[in-house]
Amino acid sequence: MFPKGTKRKFSDSGEEAVSSGDQGPAAPSAAARMLSSSYSLQRQSLLDMSLIKLQLCHMLVEPNLCRSVLIANTVRQIQEEMTQDGTWQIMTQALAAAQCPTDRLVATEVLCRQTDPAAQAGQSPKPYAVVGVEEGYHSEEVVMEGDVETDVTMSTLSPVSPQLSSASYLAGPFGMGPCWEEEEEDGECEEEEEEEDSEECVSEGEEGDGDHLSADSRTGEQVFGTFEIKHPAPPPDPALEELFSDVDPSYYDLDTVLTGMQSAPKMGPYDLLDSLSSHGPTALSSSSSCRSDLNELDHIMEIIVGS
Amino acid sequence: LLPPDEGRAGITLTLVSFSDIISTVEFNYSGELLATGDKGGRVVIFQHEQESKNRPHLRGEYNVYSTFQSHEPEFDYLKSLEIEEKINKIRWLPQQNAAHFLLSTNDKTIKLWKISERDKRAEGYNLKDEDGRLRDPFRITSLRVPVLMPMDLMVEASPRRIFANAHTYHINSISVNSDHETYLSADDLRINLWHLEITDRSFNIVDIKPANMEELTEVITAAECHPHQCNVFVYSSSKGTIRLCDMRAAALCDRHSKFFEEPEDPSSRSFFSEIISSISDVKFSHSGRYMMTRDYLSVKVWDLNMENRPVETYQVHEYLRSKLCSLYENDCIFDKFECCWNGSDSAIMTGSYNNFFRMFDRNTRRDITLEASRESSKPRATLKPRKVSTGGKRKKDEISVDSLDFNKKILHTAWHPKDNVIAVAATNNLYIFQDKIN
Repeated sequence: MFPKGTKRKFSDSGEEAVSSGDQGPAAPSAAARMLSSSYSLQRQSLLDMSLIKLQLCHMLVEPNLCRSVLIANTVRQIQEEMTQDGTWQIMTQALAAAQCPTDRLVATEVLCRQTDPAAQAGQSPKPYAVVGVEEGYHSEEVVMEGDVETDVTMSTLSPVSPQLSSASYLAGPFGMGPCWEEEEEDGECEEEEEEEDSEECVSEGEEGDGDHLSADSRTGEQVFGTFEIKHPAPPPDPALEELFSDVDPSYYDLDTVLTGMQSAPKMGPYDLLDSLSSHGPTALSSSSSCRSDLNELDHIMEIIVGS
Repeated sequence: LLPPDEGRAGITLTLVSFSDIISTVEFNYSGELLATGDKGGRVVIFQHEQESKNRPHLRGEYNVYSTFQSHEPEFDYLKSLEIEEKINKIRWLPQQNAAHFLLSTNDKTIKLWKISERDKRAEGYNLKDEDGRLRDPFRITSLRVPVLMPMDLMVEASPRRIFANAHTYHINSISVNSDHETYLSADDLRINLWHLEITDRSFNIVDIKPANMEELTEVITAAECHPHQCNVFVYSSSKGTIRLCDMRAAALCDRHSKFFEEPEDPSSRSFFSEIISSISDVKFSHSGRYMMTRDYLSVKVWDLNMENRPVETYQVHEYLRSKLCSLYENDCIFDKFECCWNGSDSAIMTGSYNNFFRMFDRNTRRDITLEASRESSKPRATLKPRKVSTGGKRKKDEISVDSLDFNKKILHTAWHPKDNVIAVAATNNLYIFQDKIN
């Protein structure tokens, strides 16, 4: 279960610190938690991990609603506690001000399919795409007889940006050292995207994660894999704003999606980032509600919390 | 209770390897038949052979009785998503004639299957040959009465009803009502009531979908009809609550009659508290007086007359509590374990990791951990109890928590309704354990 050399003890005893932390919003304990940087780091890691889990989903099969709801609730809990602590404000301000490295994005594959018996049975790797929480929910909607609902929302991409916040925690707690390693893998990613069946790309995306992980030198014991995507260094501010911008929900309309598909039939999630940074296909940049002034994490939290 | 004490004759094991992961296991009402569903949409039914006349003290074996493809993968063109053919649940109908009926469901569609035997055929027709060719009527000079001749047993499965297009979300439960005419099906947000004869409509009896999906914080995880009261059913949620509903009260059972929830222990609260409280299975006792719920770390028995806490709590693998973060990382924390009662409601069983499964005797409070492994299939083998060591010192024969294989999970188990026979699904392998003594 644990990769060799991982600091299991630290991670799990640290988890106990997280577990036993909450005693209510009393100021003294909040202050005590503030002082415990290890607790804050672990909580932050848990938040990052949860956000990534929400975004990376199977795209060919509908995501598990129960799991998504539980993860979203976890994110909410963390955000509430951080808001009480006052650390939420600090974090969002810090991320907004920070000069994030623009030549690297680190994503962590936490849904290791190599350890999945199905993957071991030789099934083809499930495709991945980046999906926001509410898109994940909306993708369950279906036009049915007599059903008033007329949303036909396609699961789509929301910015992969939370990984940037995790980039600032590369030194990471939980003994996740090996998992946060950056590797030169984008060549492989390119190949995998070319393997995609164009039909599957209506859902924007497929990462041959199983292939990728097997290409990875790690063994099946590894729970994590990592891959890194390089996109050309854009001018910092406009690129970041594009990267973090919301995609107009009208994008989810069937017509727009199909148009998008025709113009860019083999889009993967990281193609999207490339295209955004280089001011790519009009279907994607046509959003009229770009929130260029919001930090991406805050934005995602707003989606989740609905504030 | 099944675990061998000193002096018992031991256990026989039937081990069947499947080509796919087994996704559901269910005995029928008599225990004569055992149905399994797998990830590939197939149903395999095993039948208990009659005890041999030579050795009546030994139980008969379970052999394959029927195999058929229940569900096929589908593609939802509207959402561009695949609908898995994996069989989520199988439920038998009570037997009313020579044929057997069962309901099988995948994420979206429920099917009623008729399984019937044919062991005789008619010979000696007047108007046609044995080959089936029509005889020339002018050549018929005498009449004969066709005779039924025995033939090799043939078991046929045919779909009798298909209940489709009623669930937007993934079906997690089906349950046959005690009236034997209706059944319920539950998905993440809704529960529908069907009549077995009517496939083009169903009644929606529970709907917890919020107007704004962004407000969604709780989903339905399991549902079951009461074994005797045809107006009562329960459903469990991802927040660890159970609602008991009475269908006589209103057409839409959004308001529960009873609400079961155990107050949280504030000292053990963590970011994972809600996730591990999510109920993965709910089962009424055969008596109908109790129900059992399975959450990530424990099994709880509830008295239907007491809503504020369970009457019994059994720890399945408490040693995992300190590993919750890692189990969250690798998604194991979302595994949905099932649980089951024995025929007399005196014992309960549920699965764990490393191919372990656990049994609890409610009367003696004894519990045992057993492993579904090929070692058990050796002759004269008895099931050896296993133990997981949690402390620093690991005793001989104990296994440490870090050595557990979290890919080997036993999610589906079933207990014979009358006898000491259990079926345990360990990924691709089905283990049927029987007491040797009849």
